[in-house]
Amino acid sequence: MTENYLTHDMTLRSWIVTLDHKRIGIMYLAGIMGSFLLGGIFALLIRAELYTPGKMFLTEDRYNVFFTLHGAIMTFLFIIPSIPAALGNFFLPLMLGAKDVAFPRMNLASFYLWLGGAVFFLLALVLGGLDTGWTFYTPYSTTTSDTVIAATIGAFILGFSSIFTGLNFIVTINTMRPPGMTWFKMPLFLWSLYATSIIQLLATPVLAITLVLLTAEKMFHIGIFDPKLGGDPILYQHFFWFYSHPAVYIMILPAMGIISELVSVFSRKHIFGYRFIAYSSIAIAVFGFLVWGHHMFVSGQSPLAAIIFSALTFSVSIPSAIKVFNWLATMYKGSVSLAAPMCYALSFILLFGIGGLTGLFLGTLATDVHLHDTYFVVAHFHYVMMGGTLVAFLGGLHYWWPKMFGRMYNELWARIGCLIIFAGFNMTFMPQFLLGTRGMPRRYARYLPEFQSLHQMSTIGSMVLGIGLFLAAGVLLYAVFKGKRAPTNPWGSPSLEWTCSSPPPPHNFEHTPTTGDPYDYSVNEYSAEEEGYVPVQK
Amino acid sequence: MHQTANSDAGYAGGEADPHGHDSHGHDPHLAHHFETSQQQFAAGKLGMWLFLVTEVLFFGGLFVAYAVYRSNHPEVFVDAHKYLDKVLGGFNTIVLLLSSLTMAWGVRCAQLGQRRGLVWCLTLTLACASLFLGVKAVEYTHKWDLGLYWGQAFVPQAADMPHGDHEHGPWLWYLCLPAVLATAGYGLKAAVHQARGHTQAAAVAFCLTLTALAFFAGVGAGKAIPALTGQFLAVEQDTAAHAAAHRPLDLSSRPPAEQLVIRDPEAASGISLLAIFFSIYYLMTGVHVVHILAGMGVIAWLLGRAMRGEFSGQYFSPVDFTGLYWHLVDLIWIYLFPLLYLIH
Repeated sequence: MTENYLTHDMTLRSWIVTLDHKRIGIMYLAGIMGSFLLGGIFALLIRAELYTPGKMFLTEDRYNVFFTLHGAIMTFLFIIPSIPAALGNFFLPLMLGAKDVAFPRMNLASFYLWLGGAVFFLLALVLGGLDTGWTFYTPYSTTTSDTVIAATIGAFILGFSSIFTGLNFIVTINTMRPPGMTWFKMPLFLWSLYATSIIQLLATPVLAITLVLLTAEKMFHIGIFDPKLGGDPILYQHFFWFYSHPAVYIMILPAMGIISELVSVFSRKHIFGYRFIAYSSIAIAVFGFLVWGHHMFVSGQSPLAAIIFSALTFSVSIPSAIKVFNWLATMYKGSVSLAAPMCYALSFILLFGIGGLTGLFLGTLATDVHLHDTYFVVAHFHYVMMGGTLVAFLGGLHYWWPKMFGRMYNELWARIGCLIIFAGFNMTFMPQFLLGTRGMPRRYARYLPEFQSLHQMSTIGSMVLGIGLFLAAGVLLYAVFKGKRAPTNPWGSPSLEWTCSSPPPPHNFEHTPTTGDPYDYSVNEYSAEEEGYVPVQK
Repeated sequence: MHQTANSDAGYAGGEADPHGHDSHGHDPHLAHHFETSQQQFAAGKLGMWLFLVTEVLFFGGLFVAYAVYRSNHPEVFVDAHKYLDKVLGGFNTIVLLLSSLTMAWGVRCAQLGQRRGLVWCLTLTLACASLFLGVKAVEYTHKWDLGLYWGQAFVPQAADMPHGDHEHGPWLWYLCLPAVLATAGYGLKAAVHQARGHTQAAAVAFCLTLTALAFFAGVGAGKAIPALTGQFLAVEQDTAAHAAAHRPLDLSSRPPAEQLVIRDPEAASGISLLAIFFSIYYLMTGVHVVHILAGMGVIAWLLGRAMRGEFSGQYFSPVDFTGLYWHLVDLIWIYLFPLLYLIH
């Protein structure tokens, strides 16, 4: 067996100081999944507490800490780095036919910054917990316990980790594309990572300075955000959402990139409207910077600003819808195979559709006044972030798992996992739309008895969802150790990452490969002997 | 394997590299994952520019905070800027511009492979930065002596202290301490290396000693210039009507302490909005100082490499990229100076 990136040096040291983007991607994946587990445990505990209107096992204060940690860990430690740092790191250079990202040391630094940020978050957890919500809104965050400082320092460090990843990706895509790969011959996953990186680069520094100001406010009482000292708490919200709204596109854009790959490969049909999908990623990145005010419709901003933000918010739905229609058109008359990654992709399209369309309710000024800070908002962003990003991430993991570890997962169990996740997810969050429209506020530990049945359905759904996620994790982990050996190209994609062996050799490619259309399925044919696809002999 | 431990962009040390560098072994600075050194240079340059973009946005938050508070309380800013000495600010502006010149000159020297010229240019850049910090130390500590702190800590006692003969707090000495240690440490290091015959290391330590000494030159300038111009806390003489509307802000004329506190008419408690100006002032200039210090660290590292003759017309990207960063730090000060010191 030829040497691959996992086997060529097995020492612990070779992992700790590795500059190989593939190993860094794997380390990120492990860290991110650990955070997801932690954040998920908090989520299940919250849901369990909400099974009855009264107290089950969490005091109100504990409850505040738990939902804050759930949100903060899921946002900063899991979902922002998830797809770019794990799958992006692993596959961006492979898709470019390159040996590594442009700055391998910066890439490793980015991972250790992530780790450092995670340590501060754990510190906040150990020190008794954070209870501000993941948004750290002032003035509450400047008056509550000092664990806020640990968490803001953590988020600050994580921001730099994110900036490093984004900077690396932009430079790599700009300067290291192989001969023949023009901008419009890149796989769409790279377009989405490029758009994501632009946001990471432009938005994250603003979060960084905001957190510096917040920490200074808390430690030195500088009076920028604290109204007691003449400061303006609304300014904090503007600063925060100037980052955190674009950040939701950091979360969703790479997911859309994965779906573009999956839908085309598993329909065995050229992606429909390539340029539209590529441009729509950039359009989402640009529009994403102009809509932050829609988080603040009830915070006190001028009616004119609110109207403008509302109108701009609607405009984001155009590029998003362009993508969805193009995916559907790609499937039309394709030969769709329902392998597990495609099952996830189809789930994504449905769940993201629901999540996106309910976003319009919230972007409308009048309805937002009613729905703001209710479970409707909670359901909406879970449909987009979890039903969207997480489901796409899982689809991407199944799709690329054979390349990453050289083993096939069990198709049947993977599909069952996808089905349980889909069912559990909808059972958890669909009732929350109803709860929200009926006036159940978010972030409350206790509620009126009339909401109990919907809350119970949601809680049971969350347990089903948890089982589904553990099953999916089990399927993937089992594959690493016991799975069937994967061929070089199990899915028949012409994209470059499928031309190097599974798992890839330490330096990816002996020679810079030649490139063609990444969605031209006529160049590969199925070989029963290989149990995978091989290039057509001309 | 021609890879040196100091190779800049990318693949140095760390991991065993079985792939080898046979195809481009002639260039020790070319990392394994680039095809050509042109590609590597282009990647590094783009990376640096993108980093500068993030820096601009990082400071952008502070500029927005400034704009918001200035538009909300224009009178506070007009009053407050009179506590800043625009002559010292102007002097520092010139010092930083000079350092940008020497940095740019240094890049030119690196490209032409002029080792001596590069070392001198980097040393002068460091010295200018150090001088800037010295002046800034005087400016900061003078305000702290007067109780002009940030936010909640703002307790102006200046009125009780006439200009010229007020007691100096210990702050300036504390801030001088690192420079004293650096001077002594690098001076000693230079002497030891010289004695042992390590002339290159001695020369580097000597240049860093000069840098540390420049800090004291800055402190001296910070003390001497206001004395010469006689307007450490001068009040602008506005038109007579306008001046009458103003509270006396010249601290030397001893107004009652509470008059220094401009109260927000809308706030229930009497909070000083001047304090917010000083919060913004310390944050903007403080974050800028942090960038100066970071830049000095990088330039000092370049100095060592330049002394060993590592840069040439074929390989000068670290000097070039650091130069870009240094110009940005300079540029930010070019904006800070008028926004904070020259308000009308």
